[in-house]
Amino acid sequence: MSPKLTIAYEAGSAPAAPTDSDDRIDALFAVAETRQRKTRRVVSALLRSLVYLGALITTAVLLFIVGYILVNGVPYLTPSLFAWEYTSDNVSLMPALVNTLLMAALSLALAVPVGVGSAIYLVEYAPRGSRFVQIVRTTTETLQGIPSIIYGLFGMLFFVTALHWNLSLMAGACTLAIMVLPVVMRTTEEALIAVPDAYREGGFGLGAGRLRTVFRCVLPSAVPGILGGVILALGRCVGEVAALIFTAGSIAQIPNFLEQGGMALFDSTRTLAVHMYVLASEGLHVNETYATAVVLLVMVVLLNLLATFAAKKMSKGNQDD
Amino acid sequence: MSHPHIKEGIAKALFVGAAGISIIAVALICVFLFANGVPAIAQIGLPEFLFGTTWRPANDIYGIFPMIIGSIYVTGGAIVVGVPTGLLCAIFLSRFASGKIAAVLKPGVELLAGIPSVVYGFFGLVLIVPFIRANMPGNGLSLLAAAVLLGIMILPTIITVAQSALDAVPKKYYEGALALGADHERSVFRVIVPAATSGIMAGVVLGVGRAIGETMAVIMVAGNQPLIPESIFNGVRTMTANIVLEMGYAADLHRGALVATGVVLFVFILLITMLFNVIKKRGEMK
Amino acid sequence: MTNATVEKTTTRAAVPATAHTYLPQARVRTVERSGRQAPADAPVKMGVRNLDLFYQDFHALKGINLEFPQNQVTALIGPSGCGKSTLLKSLNRMNDLVAGCRVEGEITLDGEDAYRSLDANSLRRRVGMVFQQPNPFPMSVYDNVAFGPRTHGIKNRADLDVIVEQSLRDAAIWDELKDRLKKNALGLSGGQQQRLCIARALAVRPEVLLMDESTSALDPISTAKIEDLVGELKSKYTVIMVTHNMLQALRVSDKTAFFLLGEMVEAGDTDDIFTSPADPRTADYVAGRFG
Repeated sequence: MSPKLTIAYEAGSAPAAPTDSDDRIDALFAVAETRQRKTRRVVSALLRSLVYLGALITTAVLLFIVGYILVNGVPYLTPSLFAWEYTSDNVSLMPALVNTLLMAALSLALAVPVGVGSAIYLVEYAPRGSRFVQIVRTTTETLQGIPSIIYGLFGMLFFVTALHWNLSLMAGACTLAIMVLPVVMRTTEEALIAVPDAYREGGFGLGAGRLRTVFRCVLPSAVPGILGGVILALGRCVGEVAALIFTAGSIAQIPNFLEQGGMALFDSTRTLAVHMYVLASEGLHVNETYATAVVLLVMVVLLNLLATFAAKKMSKGNQDD
Repeated sequence: MSHPHIKEGIAKALFVGAAGISIIAVALICVFLFANGVPAIAQIGLPEFLFGTTWRPANDIYGIFPMIIGSIYVTGGAIVVGVPTGLLCAIFLSRFASGKIAAVLKPGVELLAGIPSVVYGFFGLVLIVPFIRANMPGNGLSLLAAAVLLGIMILPTIITVAQSALDAVPKKYYEGALALGADHERSVFRVIVPAATSGIMAGVVLGVGRAIGETMAVIMVAGNQPLIPESIFNGVRTMTANIVLEMGYAADLHRGALVATGVVLFVFILLITMLFNVIKKRGEMK
Repeated sequence: MTNATVEKTTTRAAVPATAHTYLPQARVRTVERSGRQAPADAPVKMGVRNLDLFYQDFHALKGINLEFPQNQVTALIGPSGCGKSTLLKSLNRMNDLVAGCRVEGEITLDGEDAYRSLDANSLRRRVGMVFQQPNPFPMSVYDNVAFGPRTHGIKNRADLDVIVEQSLRDAAIWDELKDRLKKNALGLSGGQQQRLCIARALAVRPEVLLMDESTSALDPISTAKIEDLVGELKSKYTVIMVTHNMLQALRVSDKTAFFLLGEMVEAGDTDDIFTSPADPRTADYVAGRFG
């Protein structure tokens, strides 16, 4: 210590002179530090490699799954796989593909208005912290946690059995609609919350009612966010199996709307994911199963890209404000 | 009332109605599940149903204990496989990755989340199962295969939730640790990760929920014997698998017992959701 | 959070807190300080030579030359954006974290080059820092103080106990916290948190203590406690503080350096800077005419 004890601060306050414990502590550090510097470097290098390993495994798994499916499936994407009529020989995925689109469109047609409507109520209308809002939040969270097999069971008990819809496109679509409802609701809610209050004030300031303000001023700038949620929901519809096998069944035909009209909605259908499950568990057409997996994967990847694009647009849109 | 007021009133009523639908949906799900499952449980007897170790529908013996254990084992295995990897990957994305690498890996993780479970299941069937069959005892359709596959499937959930928890840790903690002479790794592992514990736990619980509810992928790789597995190379049947495997041809009490399996699963999920909310709330209070 | 009135006033806080808010009082207090004039031969603890610092294209510090004498308090003052905090952060290389930050020139600690011959971690152990916002870790009081020593390899519980107690004593907060060592540090008041952060910084036995406007987020009573504390700390440490509050510089520091637009305008004994500045810009600033 330097001999500067004379520059004590105020009269009366004893200068904090070095004490016994000071010396002891200094000694501790002197001993520990040299030893520690090496250990620390090793430990840190180890931790760092673990972190990199975690990232590497994740990347490898992703590349491997996608790569393996593509390599094994792409060569079998033959024209017969896309034939209009399914036979047990060509195991065409075309009917299933069309059914998937029908199923997804129908369930979104049901889920999106309800989901967007309830999000509008929660964000734009509901009094803050009302009992009703709390219950809606809780139920939405509950819905989000329910596994798809439970939705399948419910759909079977309610739509198929109780409402006598039998295994049908309609029963499947309604089941899926309930399943994706929380997804649409949550993303719409977030998109609406992200819209600056100035937009609302602008609408009210011009004397517009709440309804007009919401539709003219708030919703338009929330559209990309909502779209992102819709695409996410679409992805879930496309990939779903467990909720569909006991509600929509597995008939590999497109419902015949031309002859049956609206009643065709109550035909049993098989979506692409269900189709793939059936193929895989039969185990007779492994190559075609790979090819089907490729088509499913490509659809999912495209939907993912779209959702990311929408999300980017959303955040950018709000930055410009 | 004037015209615009009527319009506003109708619109509001519609929105309230829409918001009410999720309540109705949950109520309906509960009612139908319990109405169809509980009588079967009553007929079988609750202890016999929950703790019976024999499942033999042909003889009207319905004990789902092996399936409950199966679900717990498979989920536990998925946690063992998925949580360390996912957490480390989240730490990488949050604190180690350069902007460019994160910009590539992040969409990759999202893609992993988007892959349908039937594709995962097929992948497990053609790759993981044969690998286990070739290198380890048993025929490959096993608890191990299911655990590894589910571990992969819950990765994106854990990574996403854990990363947002890590990203939310204030910069001042990191700076504080550095200023004491701690290096990057120590600051991250001893200050940032502990500070994000509740968020990370929420991610794990969410992963548990996903793993315990997963159906198609598990069915394809787990072997599905309704027995308590003696080793990780034995087959295993989860509650979800039990429902899907037999619902197609079940009738009467058998069908009721399958719905009741769904009820038990549903109760598990409700408990997990509650746990998730408790953890989340505790995290917010801090 | 900052419910300072609950804090027990120690004997040293006998000077009413209001004294800090009036210039005349503060002047009186300065005069009362015995032996404030440090010997002219105080050795240089840290030195800054021809320092230029850039954030990308922005030239944040221009040709700084400055010496920090050992066991003295040096205050860096100047208007917002003048570069005083930037300089402080380059003394323990916290600027390394800022992407696009480039340092030219030389910073020394005991004559050693802080950027080239010391690694950042050991530099930061020797040059501790207290931040503007109290930033205790979300863990117990004990673990907060023990974090640094543990980082540097001290694991023995008895040793840690000694260090924790001594550090908390040095930070004049032992009496307040000795019964709450297991409690979460985030439950403390703002002033206690900041003194805990000082204790945490002292626990790694630094030679220099950097304080980055460390009282600006605190109430007057907590501020007074920390100012008193700084006066005591300099017997063991070299203290360098950035402050926005000129009266604080006047009350606490031995040396003062005045910064403007990335340049150091003037440095010297605090009394000289405030009573007879050489540069008219310094005169304007200390007279409160800008900034």
